[in-house]
Order: sequence, then C-alpha cells, then structure tokens
Amino acid sequence: MAGVQANRLANGGLIDRSVSLNFRFDGKSFSGFQGDTLASALVANGVKLVGRSFKYHRPRGILTAGSEEPNALVELRNGARREPNTKATTAELYEGLEAASQNRWPSLRHDFMSVNQLFAPIFVAGFYYKTFMWPAKFWEAIYEPAIRRAAGLGRAAGVADPDHYDKAWAHCDVLIAGSGPAGLAAALAAGRSGARVILCEEDFALGGRLLSDGGTIDGMPAAEWISRTLAELAALPDVRLMTRTTLFGVYDGGTYGAIERVNDHLPSPPEHQVRQRLWRIVAKRCVVAAGAIERPIVFAGNDTPGVMMASAMRTYVARYAATPAKRVALFTNNEDGWRTVETALGAGLQIAAVVDARPDVSAAHRSLASKGGFPVLNGSVSAVDGGKDGARKISVSLTGGARAEVEADGLAVSGGWNPAVALTSYHRGRPKWQDDIAAFVPDGAPPGMVAAGAANGAFGLGACLGQGFAAGAQAARDAGRSGKAGSAPVAEDGAFSLTPLWHVAGKGKAFVDQQHDVTASDIELAQREGFESVEHLKRYTTLGMATDQGKGSNVAGLAIMAAVSGKSIPETGTTIYRPPYVPVAIGAFAGHHRDKNFHATRLTPSHHWAAEQGAIFVDTGLWKRAQWYPRAGEKDWLESVTREVKAVRSGVGFCDVSTLGKIDVHGPDAGAFLDRVYINTFSNLAVGKARYGLMLREDGMVYDDGTTSRLAEDHYFLTTTTAKAGPVMQHLEFCRQVLFPELDVQLTSVSDQWAQFSIAGPMTRDLLRELVDPAEDLSNEGFPFMGAREVALRGGIKARLFRISFSGEMAFEISVPARHGDALVRNLTQAGAPFGVTPYGTEALGVMRIEKGHVAGPELSGTTTAADLGLGKMMSTKKDFIGRVMAGREALVAADRQVVVGIKPTDKASRLRSGAHIIPKGETPGPGNDQGYVTSICFSPTLDQWIGLGLVERGRERIGEIVHAHDPLRGEEYDVELCNPVFYDPEGGRQRG
Amino acid sequence: MRIVCPFCGERELGEFTYLGDAKPQRPAADAGEDAVYDYVYLRDNVAGVMSEHWYHGGGCRSWLKITRNTLTHEISSVEPAAGVGAAKVGV
Ligand SMILES: [Zn+2]
Repeated sequence: MAGVQANRLANGGLIDRSVSLNFRFDGKSFSGFQGDTLASALVANGVKLVGRSFKYHRPRGILTAGSEEPNALVELRNGARREPNTKATTAELYEGLEAASQNRWPSLRHDFMSVNQLFAPIFVAGFYYKTFMWPAKFWEAIYEPAIRRAAGLGRAAGVADPDHYDKAWAHCDVLIAGSGPAGLAAALAAGRSGARVILCEEDFALGGRLLSDGGTIDGMPAAEWISRTLAELAALPDVRLMTRTTLFGVYDGGTYGAIERVNDHLPSPPEHQVRQRLWRIVAKRCVVAAGAIERPIVFAGNDTPGVMMASAMRTYVARYAATPAKRVALFTNNEDGWRTVETALGAGLQIAAVVDARPDVSAAHRSLASKGGFPVLNGSVSAVDGGKDGARKISVSLTGGARAEVEADGLAVSGGWNPAVALTSYHRGRPKWQDDIAAFVPDGAPPGMVAAGAANGAFGLGACLGQGFAAGAQAARDAGRSGKAGSAPVAEDGAFSLTPLWHVAGKGKAFVDQQHDVTASDIELAQREGFESVEHLKRYTTLGMATDQGKGSNVAGLAIMAAVSGKSIPETGTTIYRPPYVPVAIGAFAGHHRDKNFHATRLTPSHHWAAEQGAIFVDTGLWKRAQWYPRAGEKDWLESVTREVKAVRSGVGFCDVSTLGKIDVHGPDAGAFLDRVYINTFSNLAVGKARYGLMLREDGMVYDDGTTSRLAEDHYFLTTTTAKAGPVMQHLEFCRQVLFPELDVQLTSVSDQWAQFSIAGPMTRDLLRELVDPAEDLSNEGFPFMGAREVALRGGIKARLFRISFSGEMAFEISVPARHGDALVRNLTQAGAPFGVTPYGTEALGVMRIEKGHVAGPELSGTTTAADLGLGKMMSTKKDFIGRVMAGREALVAADRQVVVGIKPTDKASRLRSGAHIIPKGETPGPGNDQGYVTSICFSPTLDQWIGLGLVERGRERIGEIVHAHDPLRGEEYDVELCNPVFYDPEGGRQRG
Repeated sequence: MRIVCPFCGERELGEFTYLGDAKPQRPAADAGEDAVYDYVYLRDNVAGVMSEHWYHGGGCRSWLKITRNTLTHEISSVEPAAGVGAAKVGV
C-alpha cells in the first residue's frame, strides 16, 4: 500500500493530481504526482532522512530543490541501469521509480558506520595525508579498501550500460542559459529581433524561480506571463526551447557543451531512443541567465534533517504543494528570506520564529509577525537539536548575549544569494566581489558571452527582466539581426537588504560542504597548518570537490578562510572554475562510439568474398584484413599459413593488398617532386616501369616505403604502407604546398578507388592469361620485371598491372576500379581453379616477406636509417631530398649501429620469438652488452624452421656468428646464428623468371 | 576552437591537424648541417601570437598558415600555403 502523502497540501502547486505515481524508496512504497521530483514526493510523504554523510555517516535530509543538492543523493533504478549519486532534487518522478539511499549499512536508520562520528577528531582535514604515510602496500592492502567501505558514495552498476547516447551539433545566433525571468525576456528580445535562438533549461519546466516565487509581470500573475511568453516564443520561427538540458561548458570560438536528459524521466528509454544527448552548440552570442544559488549560513547542527534552504522550502510548498515541516523557523540575514515566511503562512503552516541577523527588520515584516503570532528574534541560530527524525529545537544567540530556544521541526536558512558565475568564469575568468550583495559577480566573460539578471548580481524581478531583455536584444544585434525587439516586460523590484553572515560560532559540528563533510573547524585547521591559499584549502580539505562542485558551499568556505586569516573575501579569492557545471555521464561523451562502433571499420574489396570463404580477419588500423583462410581438418593457424605459403611457392596464390595507400602524382614536375621526397631518383624512371622507393623524415630516419610506377610522362602512381597511407598523404601535401610551392604537381589520394591484388607463384602468368585480353603480351620480354602499365581484361575492363613481387616469386599486382574488386576476386578464384589457386592472408604474406628479407613495420620503426635497413646505397648523392642532411649526422652513420640481419636458431627445432635480445655468446645478459633484438619472426615452411630478422650491432659484418638470444619476458635462452636476411632465392631469379 | 578555412568556410577544430611553428624555413640544399639542425629541431614556444601550420585534412586538404594567440586561442588570420590549389598552368 502506497503512502498517503500526509504532507501534501490540499490545493495548489504545479503538479498534476490526476496522475498518481507509485514509487519505492529503500524498499518502501510511496506515491506522488506527475510533476514531482523524487525529492518533492519524499517531502510530501514526510520522509526527512534520505542519506548518510560521506565521512561521518551523519543523518541527512533534503537541503535544496535543485542541482546544487549536496545530501539527497540516491541510487536510482536497478541492475544495469543503477545510477549512483543521482540528485533526488532533480530526478523526475515516474511510475515505478525505485531509489535507494547511499552510505548506510545495514539500513538508513541504523547505520553501523555512524560510529565514525565518535572518532571524528581523527577525520579532520588532511586526515588521509597525515595518517597513511605508510609503505604503499599497507595503503593498498589495508587502508584503502577499509576507507572505501566506510566512506564513498553510491555503487556503480558494474555492468555495461544498456542505453544509447547521442551526440549532436546545433548552431544559432543567440544561446540562452536559463528560463527564469531574465532568460525568457532575453529569448523574447532576441527572437523578436529575428535571431535564431536556443534556450537551454536544466529543469523540466520553464520559468525558473517564477515557478516557486511567482510575482507580477506586466500587470499579470507570473504564471500567466510565462504561458503568454511561451506562446509568443513558440510562434516565432526560429526559437528552440530545450528543457531537461544543462549548459555545462564553454569552449573556444563560441562552442558550448550541453547535456540533454532526453529520457531520464522515464523508467527506460522507449525503443530506438537515446537516454541522453550531448550537444555541441555553436553560437554567435550567449546570454547567461543561469540565476543565483541561495547560500547557507554555517552553524552547529546545520546538517540536521529539517534544516533547508529558505528558497527550497518555498519551492516545495509553492511549486510542489508539499510541506517539509509543520512548524517552521526562519534564520535569515536578508530580506529575501522572509518570502519563505509569507509562503509558509499562505499554505497554513505555523511559523515558530524568525531569527534575523539584521538589526533592522521592516515595519511590514513586524506587522506580519504580530498578525501571525510569532516572535522576531534579532540574533543568530547557534545550534539545532535533532537527529534522524528531524529537527526538534533551535538554539538562538540573541544580539546582546542572551539566549533563546525555539521549538520547530523545520528551519529555513537564507544567507543571501550567489550569482551562478561558473559559465562566465570557465575561461579562467575571476569573478569580482560586489559589496552591496556580498557576493561574487562576473567580471567579464568569454568572448560573445554576457550575464544577465541574478547571474549578474541583479536580484530584483524588474531588474532581471530588464537586463535579460536588453542582453537578448543586444546579442541579436551583435549577431546581425535587426528586427524590432519591442518593449521589455516590466515588474517591480523587491526591497533588498542584507547583512553578511557566514558562520555562527558554537559547540558541535558546523558543516560548510555537506557532501564532503567539511566543517568550519576543518577550514580553521587548514589555515593554521598553512593551507591558506584557496587552491590549497580546496585540496587539503576537499571543500567543493564533491559532485555538487561546491555550488552552495564554496563562498561560505572562502568567507570563513578570509575571517580566520584576517583578509577580506576578495583578497582570499576564488578557485579556478572548470566545466562541467553538472556531472556528465562518460557515456554521453562517447555517444555511439562504443563497442564495434568505437571507430570506423574499413572493408577491403574482397571482404565479403573472404568472409564467405571463412577467412579469419585481423584489425589493421581501421581495416579488417584476411589473416588466413582455414580449411577443414587444419588444426591451427600455423598449418593453414604453411599450406598457403607452399601453395604460392609451388603454384599460384593471391592476396588482397588494397589497403596500401595509393596516390596519383600528376603534373610536369611530378618526377622532380618525387626526387625531393624519396632518397632515390624517380625523374629518370621510364614510362611503363615501377621502382621501389624509400622516404625519410627530415630528421634522417626512414619514414615509409613502397613502389611507385610511371604510367605516363606526367603521371606517377605511388603506393605507401597500409599504416602510413594517411600520414604520407599529409606529408606529401606539406611538401607540395609549403616546401616546394614552385613545383607544378598535383596529388590525389586514390586508396579507396582501386582494388589491388597480388598474384604470386610460378603459375601466375598461366592464371593471368585467363583474365587478361589475349592481345596483351605478358611474356618476360613483353612485360619484364618491374614493368607497369594499363591492360585490358577479358570483357573490356581496364586494369593496371604491375610486375612487382613482395613474396620473391614470379608475381604481378593487378588493380581495377574498386567497384570491380569483388568481381575480380571471384573471377580469380574461378579462372584459377585449374591451377589450384590459393587465397592467402596477411600471415602468409608476412612469412614470405621475411623469407625474402624485406623490411616492414617492425623494421620501419622510426629509429632506423636507410643504411640500417641495408638500403643505404639507394641514397642519391646527386640531388637534395627530405632528410638528406640529417641522415649524414655522425651518430646516424656510425659503424656500430644496429642493422638488419637474418637470424635463425642453431637448433632447428627451437622457436624464435620477436623481442628477444641479442647478446654475445657466453656473456651474462645486461644493458652493457645488449646488441640488439629480434624484430620479425615466422615459421618458414620453405626452410622448415623458425627464422627472423633483427636489428643487431654491426650485424652485416657478423654473418655466420653464433650469438645468444635472451628473452627474459618469456624466460627463454637459446643460441642463434646471424645470417643473410634474404633466406629465400638470394639471387632473385624466381621473381625475374 | 573553430577555424575559418579560406576554401571551406568556418569549420570545427576536429577537421584540422596541427603541425606547429610556421616560421622556420627549410634551408637551401647547401646550407650545411647546423642550419638544417636548427630547422628540424629548434622551435619557439610562444606564449602569445604565433604563426602556425595547420592541415585541413577533414576538408580540402589545404595547408594553412594560421596566426593564433596561444594564450587565448584567438585566431587573427588564416592564409593558404603558397602552393595550395590548382596546377600552375602557364606560370
Ligand atoms: Zn578547407
């Protein structure tokens, strides 16, 4: 049976009493109404105790009615959707809502850890730093787990988030944060001026404080003005009002971050809908009408359930028709706090007393008090008695020294208001102190941004409307919109008077930051110990570092520090403001970029065919490449790869090499350009020929390699490694546009335009003749090694044919427009069937390149020179090229450099592993005699043993020497022989045949 | 940050790649090792207005010379590199 909502007023409020909602809190059933937050529904049900505090496990109640809430944090929902540290004050009620309190065991009412209060003296500021200066293993094994059990907030779900998150961009002329009077007035002015407007409101309802405080605007009640204004805004062509959306960050160039809680108000998002959406909004101008946050006064027992911010109490009573207490006292230092008394009286609540720190209380308030029959006490609250069932008795220190006691179950507190200066301060802005309101206000703002209304320190309703309207009109003009804004809405400003009061001395714990359990005496201790700078104070005491980021508590903390250090508040200053303004789920930042969509996936032209063959794929950057093609009965990858290699070496095989970067180089200066970016010469390459090229970085190290073919006098076709396709294109564009602008040359990336296959093995020509137009001469004379030209295929499609070999076999690479890639691979398979054609993957490709001694990624490591790779002779001495001068530096040409050499275990049965260190035989391994390492390894079916390449000191001079492989990572030791890196067909007869 | 590409218009930072100081000029082929060493390794780390190379890889693939205040991220000018654009027919 759901609760009876005993604390719900019979009438009023912005709730829909026709929609009753059942919910559970700590397993107990309650009911509320549509339009409630979880907090307002708990208030309506008389629930005062909602959580235990972080460090001392003190009973805590609801303090605020907004995103500044430090206490009423709950675990919302269950299972995979369990969300810890959710503010009950902003969580919208829905049917079936389940929430649980945090930081208590075994139950909220009987919390075992509340014994921490007895040890409170040791939990002072800097406690962790002081107590645990122990060996690290003590910390990890004993203290940290113990502290994590005792302290801490809610529990994460611990499983993958089942919901989706979205990211979106929006563009507008005028962005407005907040829909209070200033924000709505700004939207009116900007919208009427013809501006594209986006207004972000954190709440699910528009109106800001008007929803709780009412007022009269343009002679009508606030509620009516809001509905008329919303109707007018809805009729404007380009005004977008986004509720449940918090503007949380300000970035460069007028870019703003906002989080929209699209479906947080439902048990789970409807099908195909996202939970939250992260907005990046680009705005020409921004009006911050984010309002102000009422601030506490710090006194003993100020965290007792039943103590509530005065404005929050008004919100619960007026907006939600829920009464937090039956007999209410007010403790205020300013005029605004009295509005809570008016609201409470209007709702029929008893007023126990008003404790006003100001010497002068207006005649109107005095007459209100005498009519209402409650005393007005000049002084301050020094203590609150009570506990988990709420406040009972309030002790008052009267001005002049006498004391008084007031019986009340609720205490509304108002210490004044702090403008919400975060958004205006995110570019390292430092707000300035304004004496008349005793608060920090924005001192400038990031470019294009202006604050208006309470966020700018203007608290009167008339001033909010006026400033908001003026700011909206100016923002529209600045954005180039010249429509007529019309006249501003008008209202009166209430009286304003405030006597600053931050802290009332007294016995017992007085909390500044309730979420992190930072007390006034912690701040005094920090000052005594020298942590006086606000940045030190923050980190030493953790003041303002909880999920509420000190929205309510920071300024009070600074004021107390100022008082004990004998400085003014502006001298004490504020800490740096940093986004986000409210916690933003990591999932929202990730959006759809998770799991398989973490990055894009590139498929080769033969991918679908390869998948049909049952290929095993490997991720190579963004690409999926066929790694090997297992056949029935093969017991492991090695067996499959060995079969593929043997098939190529004895017959014919093919491999998709479309992932190589491909660049068309056009223009009369194409050859001259390539001469400058490669170490070898290309301007003298004959049309119809291909040549292997090596590029250096400007610092002399090898950058990339590949073959480049000359297809016409002014047209070269350049290939890069798969990994460097993008970077090489960028580098070549830099060379072309920045370094050599005088050259007439153009670059076009065509990596995705061509499907390219390597066809290798002694029967390659036999297979190709089945595909190529019979008129094409594929003989050794008609198409010699390193030839490159366009050919016609049977059926008329044009292809490019390159007689190049990575495997060391007689081989061609054939490329066709990418759209024909799938057809080509199917034709290759069909035409090759009589020859036993075998598709091979990247593993077999790697085996054959190691057998052939070709360098690849592991050798092109960014630390090797051309000479290290055995390619030093390619360096032209007749021309300048990128990296030439630096490659000649003493250390880069030293005789004892580690150079590429072949490596094979002396025991043919022994396995070789990459990463193993090479040391002289018979020596004890150590950094002093480490002579290099194994870079690439494979099992060579051709040699029937494990072989590899390595970078070894003076390796080429030591061919035949037996050295020692030391592999501490795998605990392996064995002897290896340094040998010629070209294990297979060193004369190269096979690829030329 | 947003950059106004002279060819593509105002675009978001994510489309661009940063290279760095645009001031050093690649020395002539006969300038000697010291000059090339300076060009390759020595860079100013300016707190203030700096001329920088950026690449619009997510757009028109132009290299741009951008004048930017490293303290405020304010961009005061964006110029295409000298060799940007079409073939130099008839030059
Ligand atoms: Zn561009």
